[in-house]
Amino acid sequence: MSQYTTVFGSLKQFEKGKLSIINDNPKYYCYSNVFEVASKSKPWEKVAVAKNFEYVIETIRAEGTSDWFTAGHDEFVVVLDGEVTVSFVELADASVPAGKDGTVKLSGAPSGRKMGRIHLKRGHQALLPKGAAYQFTAARPSVMIQQTIAGDLTVQKWAEICAH
Amino acid sequence: MAMLETAAKPAARPQPAVQASEPDAKTGFRQFDLGKFHFQRDEYFVTVTWPTKQGPMQHRMSADAFLRALMRDVAWGFFYGLVNFDGMFGSRNLYGRVEFFAGRYNPAYHQAGLSYVEEFDSPIAMATCKAILKDWCNAGFDPFAAPEETGKTWAGTKSGDNLEAIERSRVATKRMPGLPGDSPLRDDLPVNRAFADVAQDEPVIEVEPGFEGKLHGFNLFKYLSRSDVTWNPSVTSVCRESLYCPTTEEYILPIIHGNDRVEWFIQLSDEIEWDVSDKETGKPRARVLMKAGDVAAMPADIRHQGFATKRSMLLVWENARMDLPQLYESGKLKPYPVEF
Repeated sequence: MSQYTTVFGSLKQFEKGKLSIINDNPKYYCYSNVFEVASKSKPWEKVAVAKNFEYVIETIRAEGTSDWFTAGHDEFVVVLDGEVTVSFVELADASVPAGKDGTVKLSGAPSGRKMGRIHLKRGHQALLPKGAAYQFTAARPSVMIQQTIAGDLTVQKWAEICAH
Repeated sequence: MAMLETAAKPAARPQPAVQASEPDAKTGFRQFDLGKFHFQRDEYFVTVTWPTKQGPMQHRMSADAFLRALMRDVAWGFFYGLVNFDGMFGSRNLYGRVEFFAGRYNPAYHQAGLSYVEEFDSPIAMATCKAILKDWCNAGFDPFAAPEETGKTWAGTKSGDNLEAIERSRVATKRMPGLPGDSPLRDDLPVNRAFADVAQDEPVIEVEPGFEGKLHGFNLFKYLSRSDVTWNPSVTSVCRESLYCPTTEEYILPIIHGNDRVEWFIQLSDEIEWDVSDKETGKPRARVLMKAGDVAAMPADIRHQGFATKRSMLLVWENARMDLPQLYESGKLKPYPVEF
């Protein structure tokens, strides 16, 4: 039986594929690479790499300690390179105005009860539950993608990141 | 199946029985009718017959390709949009009803008036498809498996069956696998041979007293490494109508998927090459070679088929809004996701 090597990407080593247009507009494919995007991002910048109406997938360069965030809906992160720890705090009051979508930055450390922490490595996925405050820490530059809804913090710079 | 539980609403009216013949004296396989479509298989081929103004028209497919495609159509509940078994035959999901077509998306046949489309209540179409799979999959043939895993057991006359493979229980995720009351993780499945080097550790979760069950994480790559099927997305996170539908891919996507909405791909490992063509005409529009970390949108007006030499992990991202097909077909929405 063959021996297989599974190839993952990383900030230090990634290889893009190729979009070959035969008869179409390359912009329609929004072709990018999360590691390339993260390599050019500021720490904790939430750069949309996929968008479907209000829904987005954001690429995040995790480096150091983030602000505290929350959302009025579930969000999810998957670590694609490195290691990230997520700390959770139960919010004592509603920090997200009704009807507001997307990740919301809190003005400082929340005062609620500590819920716990999740230590994520490559390939690990975590739930960022609706209404909880969360903060990321990463000892070295790491990359994760976040499934959420476009919000005030979502950075859309499609012309910069996509082949066209 | 990569849909929300509320997506498919089967018709409530009584359904007719599946139309099947007695086993053929030579091959042992039954023949099936669905409306005016007739389905027959022999040692190597499946033949689909439909009526035209010139009399019955026939189309032939290799039986393994037909059964692999039919298995996805069944597993996905007819999926989103078009499930082209090849350039001639397939299904179009009307969500509660379903069209089967022959030649409709093949311009030469369609323009010559030789195409045929018939609409069915989804339950009778589904029952017929399942009956075909049950009768036509020989022992040892798993239409979900890669060719290296299931071999040539599909060929030949009727020889047993493989009900376990074709009746895998459907995994429905409400929020995230592994949460209490949600879909299970895959710890009881073996690691696939192509992912033997994938780390199997789990996130370390430190929960403060009183918050048990509130925090959750799992190893998505481990979960995917233990998938026993190919080209069969399953939901791993739900953010309202936004669904992560990762899947593992090896060999050829057994169907040519015609979108009825924009879907997105993020290549998580290894690589896949996609042929992208026009949904209506099949004319080539693009090729996309995706390597680990690559992201690409698949517009709402294309059909696509993927090729993966080494089993790879692909994150398919879907929007489960049920009004999207009508909005795209009516031209109210542009077929691509972002203007820039």
